[in-house]
Amino acid sequence: MTALLAAEGLNGWYGRAQVLFGMGVTVGPGEVVALLGRNGAGKSTTFKAIAGLLDRREGRVAFAGEDVSRLPTPALVRRGLAYVPEDRRIFADLTVEENLSVGRQPARAGSAAWTPERLFALFPNLAEMRRRRGGAMSGGEQQMLSIARSLMGNPRLVLLDEPSEGLAPKIVEDLALAILELKREGLGILLSEQNLHFARLISDRAVVIDRGHARLSATMAEIADDAEACAAYLAV
Amino acid sequence: MDFVFAQFLTGLAGAASLFLVASGLSIIFGVTRVVNFAHGAFAMLGAYVAYTLTARFSGPFGFWGGILGASVLVALFGAVIEMALLRRLYRAPELFQLLATFGLTLVFEDLVVLVWGPDDLLGPRAPGLAGAVELFGQAVPSYDLLLIALGPIAFGLLWLLFHRTRFGVLVRAATQDREMVAALGVDGRWLFTAVFTLGVFMAAFGGAVQLPRDAVNHTIDLRLIVDVFVVVVIGGLGSVGGAFVASVLVSELDAFGILVLPGVSLVLVFVVMALVLVVRPFGLFGRAEAPSRAVPEPGRKPPAPLSAPARLAVAALVAATATVPLWAGDYLVTVGSEILIVAIFAASLQFIMSAGAMVSFGHAAYFGLGAYGAALAVKLLGLPMLPALACGMLLALAGAALFGWFCVRLSGVYFAMLTLAFAQIAWSVAFGWTGVTGGDNGLLGLWPDGWAASPRAFFWLCLAAAAASVALIRALVFSPFGLGLRAVRDSALRAEALGLGRAPVQWAAFALAGTVAGLAGGLFVFLKGSVFPDSLGIGTSVDGLVMVLLGGIGTVSGGVVGAVVYKALSVWLISQTDHSKLALGLVILALVLLFPAGLGGLASRLAPRRRRAAAPAVHPAVGVGGAP
Repeated sequence: MTALLAAEGLNGWYGRAQVLFGMGVTVGPGEVVALLGRNGAGKSTTFKAIAGLLDRREGRVAFAGEDVSRLPTPALVRRGLAYVPEDRRIFADLTVEENLSVGRQPARAGSAAWTPERLFALFPNLAEMRRRRGGAMSGGEQQMLSIARSLMGNPRLVLLDEPSEGLAPKIVEDLALAILELKREGLGILLSEQNLHFARLISDRAVVIDRGHARLSATMAEIADDAEACAAYLAV
Repeated sequence: MDFVFAQFLTGLAGAASLFLVASGLSIIFGVTRVVNFAHGAFAMLGAYVAYTLTARFSGPFGFWGGILGASVLVALFGAVIEMALLRRLYRAPELFQLLATFGLTLVFEDLVVLVWGPDDLLGPRAPGLAGAVELFGQAVPSYDLLLIALGPIAFGLLWLLFHRTRFGVLVRAATQDREMVAALGVDGRWLFTAVFTLGVFMAAFGGAVQLPRDAVNHTIDLRLIVDVFVVVVIGGLGSVGGAFVASVLVSELDAFGILVLPGVSLVLVFVVMALVLVVRPFGLFGRAEAPSRAVPEPGRKPPAPLSAPARLAVAALVAATATVPLWAGDYLVTVGSEILIVAIFAASLQFIMSAGAMVSFGHAAYFGLGAYGAALAVKLLGLPMLPALACGMLLALAGAALFGWFCVRLSGVYFAMLTLAFAQIAWSVAFGWTGVTGGDNGLLGLWPDGWAASPRAFFWLCLAAAAASVALIRALVFSPFGLGLRAVRDSALRAEALGLGRAPVQWAAFALAGTVAGLAGGLFVFLKGSVFPDSLGIGTSVDGLVMVLLGGIGTVSGGVVGAVVYKALSVWLISQTDHSKLALGLVILALVLLFPAGLGGLASRLAPRRRRAAAPAVHPAVGVGGAP
């Protein structure tokens, strides 16, 4: 079976400073892969490199078997690759429903399209605030909305950048349940995390990144049990 | 009282057109971040095309069809411009699009003269609305009543468009965060073209509906763009509701200013704008700007002082320039003096623009204050030239210190607009205070002292002043003060955490730049033997901007190169063709497309690319820490 996402040999730069060195990661359908690493290890940059949001990048990104390395971000999104940024980037002046409508893309053959109603079922808090301005929502609600907004594009794979950051434990739990629900729907999910416990809850596999290099790639359980690796590369 | 009411209605009627044009500018800026200087020109074009169409087709259908048809035609033209020109420039440095749209404005101004002639054209009356209606004993033109209704109707339609259609929601979303809109799969190119087309349609429609009220001529674009900038800034950039309220406010101020304070009616609007910006820095309904792209990209090499060989080369260049009067005729030498003077002006503007990220749309104020200061020192105090020049610089310093104190509290486009407002206030004073400044007739008979009276001696004086000014500015850029100025430019927050306040540093830089501009203004008076309010006008300010942008805003003194090229080119074109604006505009457009980093930026753009290929990888930890 071809992987949904296969990125290899990614080099990335901010200005003249190289921050990614041959990063690679693969994600299959219905698979949750965690990208683990410290602050500044290159997790967000890897996501931006995959989503075509980095000014300078080298390497190959394949999506559903197609080489998409040279495609601009909107074309990637239309092929089914969604990106949920770390800082959520909710449109503060738009209502919840309007935020969702910005993310809307045509339905994908062979799978049910996401509608606001289906998303409100997945994230019940959002259903109670359809007309609320994005700027008037809590961090957790904004995170839910940011994910829901990306789902409106009917993606096959979602890049979730630090979804649990700064959220209350109860919200993190809701989030984990929602992600597992998406996994059941057959979506591939690549999430970056510093929170090992949260990653362990939902991920099948994990890739450990440090200073822009992929150091380890194994099942989630193997990495979580590898005390040496955790001490060396993760903030635990 | 009845008369007051009638005047109120006149103001409301004027607001409709202003609102249409201003909301178009606001929408375009909101999404594309392009300050569309050609917006007034598009409105002017709408009026001209409507003139032709309504003259050809008569009757109500012909009239309204002509107005709508003209708006659609101009909007389509705008779409072509966006796709052919602006689309190539969205990644260029901020405000570079301003240069392109300024070039467009020049082209349009000459083109309409070629097509429609230089005279005022009076449009037809609207069929069935040619008369007047009696309201409270005052005759109110029926067409005014229609316009009064048109404003709120247009506002309502725009509101529906922005809140009830997906296109409108996308526009609002892109106004807040266009990167995220792209990350959600929306093709930004399509959205930008659509928004620009809509904005130009509003401009052309706003221009066309004025046809039965005002004569059209080829200079209304500048007047309109200034009015519209004022409206958009008072209302808050990107806010259509703000544009509506502000257009009524501005239009009523115009209508009543003439009645209440005829002498200062020109200033009134700008005083109100300055007051609004001082109290609400982002306009009545505006919001703090999203972080601008003016921040230099990480990894870009900061400018460095000239190396020893480069210094020698510059010294040789100055020496070579000093030989010009020895072999060139008087005309060329006089043109050379003028070029040197504008080079001083451009260098002073570049100092605050490049090192300070303070883009002033009103730098002419200090050029003009220097000019009037020097002229009045001669006329009123009978001083010789050099003390008079010093007086001019003092007046420019005082003006820059006073205006700058307010301006440095703002940043970005709002800063630019407040500087424009102050410059317009200064212009109005020079224009209106006839007893002292001579008003429109200016002050005449101001010639240099005997020792500098020959074109040759005056050229050397200008060369010395230019060399000293540029050397001083460069020394300042690389001094601790200049480092502080660049620090508050790049991160005001971090600089403040180090105890370096943004406002005081920028204020000092602003005052200094004003003083140097004042020197240029003073020299200009003695070159021309006269001074006119134009020296403080928006045209002079825009010239300065164009020179700096042409030279390269990322450089330290590219503006000097820009000044030489721009001034020499415009003097030469004026001598060669009757359509110098058209030619100059086309040259600017060509330069913008060929060198999106400016003439001076060309060299520094090529150099790092070569170096980058060979550069070893920087330690990975560098740069990641600050990255989101």
